[in-house]
Amino acid sequence: MNKKYGYLSLILLAMNGVASLTFAAELAVKIGIAGPLTGPQALLGKDNENGARLAIDEMNAVGVTIAGQKAKFELISEDDQADPRTATIVAQKFADQQINGVIGHLNSGATIPASKIYHDAGIAQISPSATATAYTAQGYNTAFRLMTNDSQQGLALAQYVTKQLKAKQIAIIDDRTAYGQGLADEFEKDAKAAGATIVAREYTHDKAVDFTAVLTALKSKKPQVVFFAGMSPQSGPMARQFANLQVKAQFVSADGTRTPEFIKLAGAAAEGVIASAPGVVLEQTPEGKVFINKFNVKYGVIQNYAAYAYESTLTLIEAMKAAQSIEPAKYLPFLAKIQRHGAIGEIAFDAKGDIQKGKVTIYQVKQGHWVALN
Amino acid sequence: MEVLLQQCINGLVLGSIYAIVALGYTLVYGILRLINFAHGEVVMLGAMIGLSVMQKLINLQWSVLPIIFISLLIAMIGCMTIGYLIERIAYRRLRHAPNLAPLITAIGVSIVLQNIAMMIWGKEFVVFPPIIPINYYSIHEATINSLQIGIICLSIIMMLGLRYLIQATRLGNAMRATAQNTEVAALMGININHIISFTFILGSALAAVAGLMVAAYYGLAHYDMGFILGLKAFTAAVLGGIGNLTGAMLGGLLLGIIESIGAGYLGDLTGGILGSNYQDVFAFFVLITVLIFKPSGLLGQASGERP
Amino acid sequence: MPTIITFRCGLKWIIIASLLISLPFLTDVIIGRNWVRILDFALLYSILALGLNIVIGFAGLLDLGFVAFFAVGAYTYAILASPHLGLHLPVGIILPLGTILAGGFGILLGLPTLKLRGDYLAIVTLGFGEIIRIFLNNLNAPYNLTGGPQGINLIDPLILAGFNFNQNDLLPSVYQYYYLFLFCTMITLFICQRLQNSRIGRAWIAIREDEIAAQAMGINTRNIKLLAFSMGASFGGLGGGLFAGFQGFVSPESFNLMESIMILCMIVLGGMGHIWGVIFGAVVLTLLPEALRYLGTIQQALFGQIWIDPADLRLLIFGLALILVMLLRPAGLYPTPVRKSEFETAEEIDEL
Repeated sequence: MNKKYGYLSLILLAMNGVASLTFAAELAVKIGIAGPLTGPQALLGKDNENGARLAIDEMNAVGVTIAGQKAKFELISEDDQADPRTATIVAQKFADQQINGVIGHLNSGATIPASKIYHDAGIAQISPSATATAYTAQGYNTAFRLMTNDSQQGLALAQYVTKQLKAKQIAIIDDRTAYGQGLADEFEKDAKAAGATIVAREYTHDKAVDFTAVLTALKSKKPQVVFFAGMSPQSGPMARQFANLQVKAQFVSADGTRTPEFIKLAGAAAEGVIASAPGVVLEQTPEGKVFINKFNVKYGVIQNYAAYAYESTLTLIEAMKAAQSIEPAKYLPFLAKIQRHGAIGEIAFDAKGDIQKGKVTIYQVKQGHWVALN
Repeated sequence: MEVLLQQCINGLVLGSIYAIVALGYTLVYGILRLINFAHGEVVMLGAMIGLSVMQKLINLQWSVLPIIFISLLIAMIGCMTIGYLIERIAYRRLRHAPNLAPLITAIGVSIVLQNIAMMIWGKEFVVFPPIIPINYYSIHEATINSLQIGIICLSIIMMLGLRYLIQATRLGNAMRATAQNTEVAALMGININHIISFTFILGSALAAVAGLMVAAYYGLAHYDMGFILGLKAFTAAVLGGIGNLTGAMLGGLLLGIIESIGAGYLGDLTGGILGSNYQDVFAFFVLITVLIFKPSGLLGQASGERP
Repeated sequence: MPTIITFRCGLKWIIIASLLISLPFLTDVIIGRNWVRILDFALLYSILALGLNIVIGFAGLLDLGFVAFFAVGAYTYAILASPHLGLHLPVGIILPLGTILAGGFGILLGLPTLKLRGDYLAIVTLGFGEIIRIFLNNLNAPYNLTGGPQGINLIDPLILAGFNFNQNDLLPSVYQYYYLFLFCTMITLFICQRLQNSRIGRAWIAIREDEIAAQAMGINTRNIKLLAFSMGASFGGLGGGLFAGFQGFVSPESFNLMESIMILCMIVLGGMGHIWGVIFGAVVLTLLPEALRYLGTIQQALFGQIWIDPADLRLLIFGLALILVMLLRPAGLYPTPVRKSEFETAEEIDEL
């Protein structure tokens, strides 16, 4: 199956628009997916691609009729290297091919500059995983996302930390990336609003391994909770040094940390660490379980956001069905008003294009595994 | 007070790590007047090779000491070979080229080694197995563990050992002669190529020790860990006066302590305007300041300008 | 003496000019419009590489922090023409402003490093580049000047004399940018060409070859070096401004050390000090990674899976290119006749 699509995309690359003539009997629907397929985040990009491919294969097997013609969906996958400049080249490529819709990109940094090109070309875009609030704040009617954004996740975390953990004094560390800083700012705002005091705001960077200086500095301020907004390559060693310096506080982090890699890197220090992740727990809903099984059979273990890529693709196709058109201009109003139920729960967009009632789940490491708390 | 003490300990440990890597830079520079930009990557390769061997040996159920000893040995041999090859392939032909050429080649070597490591060991982090037992000691509320004490001691031992080698042995004599004047040294019957190869091999062996130690301390290794570490260590070497072994040690420790204290206190001192987010700025700022007022570094003798 | 236009070989230039003008059309028809965007970037990098070439190629000062000036230009444009601070100054003001500001930063970098040469200079400029990036990444507090890690979005497009390059009025937007960037590259090229053969250019080369001798010949090495830094930096700033307007979004991750090294690769590969070589290097190194992209697709089609990751190869090829060029063709793939002879005589002297 893979091989066949490889050939298809090769032909498409060579002939561009001409290729669509080959499928004159059917209605060819081109759906693009973009994310890092190379580089440090390649694993996540591939995961999204697999999720979207699963949805496409299913829809082709079931058979979808749009405006009286049988639709034949094709997935065109491109690598944006998680780089803003490359993302615009990919977006331009999609715009040239007059693609019918885009699933992507993976990172906020790549999604934002690309969204401008999609908007100018009038192409609908659903990002399965970009979380920066700026993405949907641009006022583009083409930009949607299924992932809870930074402000939704920051609020949920702040509520958990202040209500469940009853923390009054909180220290915050962020990794100075768009993700870490955005999330930390939202968390700080909401934690303050809930009555907590931010006793220290410290920083690190996304290549750092030594955090002893900042941890020592915040230890002296005696926080009850230390919140770190960043990825597991930092939170892993940070948790170790946290234990080494005997900081007596609860270590809390977010979805960048809620990975198997964190447990591997932090070793024994991972035990008891709390982290949030957007979305419902897939294992707890029947639809989620069905998805996990289907995905495992075909592609193995889910890395992180595959379910979101899968549901993004289905949502796009549902909107096309509702509008009985594959033209973004025709189906965009239907996409904005869509109401459906999927593996990740209720799917409906607000006026900006963010998912309504985005769920956030809190997890804790217990006996070397992430366990959902709520 | 205990915070200051703890920050000094943090800085001392970080500084010792910089110092060990800086020794390698300074050794090569002292003999060849060449910045071996790829030294940081050799450190990374040392960590990677050592960890791979270690994982194999753990599966064989060996006890701790032989595991560490043998993986260190193999890492050293691996790095020495790599170091020799780097000099042979990339630098030897350029010994008399205009002085930009070896520098650019060094950047190229650094990129190539990094990408080869990425292809071999992948993009994921390699975890250091928790086999070394760690004891904790407290001094006035501040903590230090056995691994940290080991790092500090090791850096001092390595510095003294190198000093002895260079000041008091025949080989060291030949190395110093080569550093002073290659042509005259050659006329005195010193095989320049051997001396330079030896310098690279020695520097790479140091890099292997440094790499494995960094991996043990932070509990991980990654294909791009070498570049930043190399950069900081190089800064330390320049700070102390590049080419001077004691200077490398001093520069490393100073840089470590400046970073720790800076990151720890700057936020409070400036009322939150500048904070630990500017940690890396201090390192470079100190470097630039030192070079303006004392272009040869703290302990260097010659001027910053190359002859 | 090479000059851009000589009437004797007019026909050659007419052919080149018509080729350059028709290039976006041909590219679009043959391989697709996204390649026109890639061409735009190739021109943009040509401007940057020409700027860096003044510092490294002409004056022989190894600058590893060049991307800082690119960033200064880009952020000047972004801050003054975006909803970020609500300022929307005309491009006719901010583009020159960014250029001048970057030139100022060039002097700022040049002043403390005047006495340093070679290795020391390399590390200090590298540090300078990192300092600028760290500041850009953190100046969102206490006052939000740069947007911090989030960067600045929705930057105004380039509008010159009422003509909006972002709208597909006359031609598709990427075509319009192509001609704009081509024009800017031409100007940069012209200035570099004239500088090279001027008193200043010769003074730079004198400093590169032997600073002490240059000083003895009565060259004010201090001013001449500062001029090299600021001239190079201003082209970096110009490129940055164009980049910001073209991209519509800037964030600190676009201005990391790798980008500096990439621009260095361009001039080393093409031939340090040789203007046409530098452009050649910039174009090749911009197109190469995009071309390598197909390597993945081809592997996928042939073997059903990707054996060698094209992005892994990209950096490996850059690194190997740096080493091989320095070892085998130290004057670059496309060196000037003069520079080539310089390298060769240097080797001969060494051999004696």
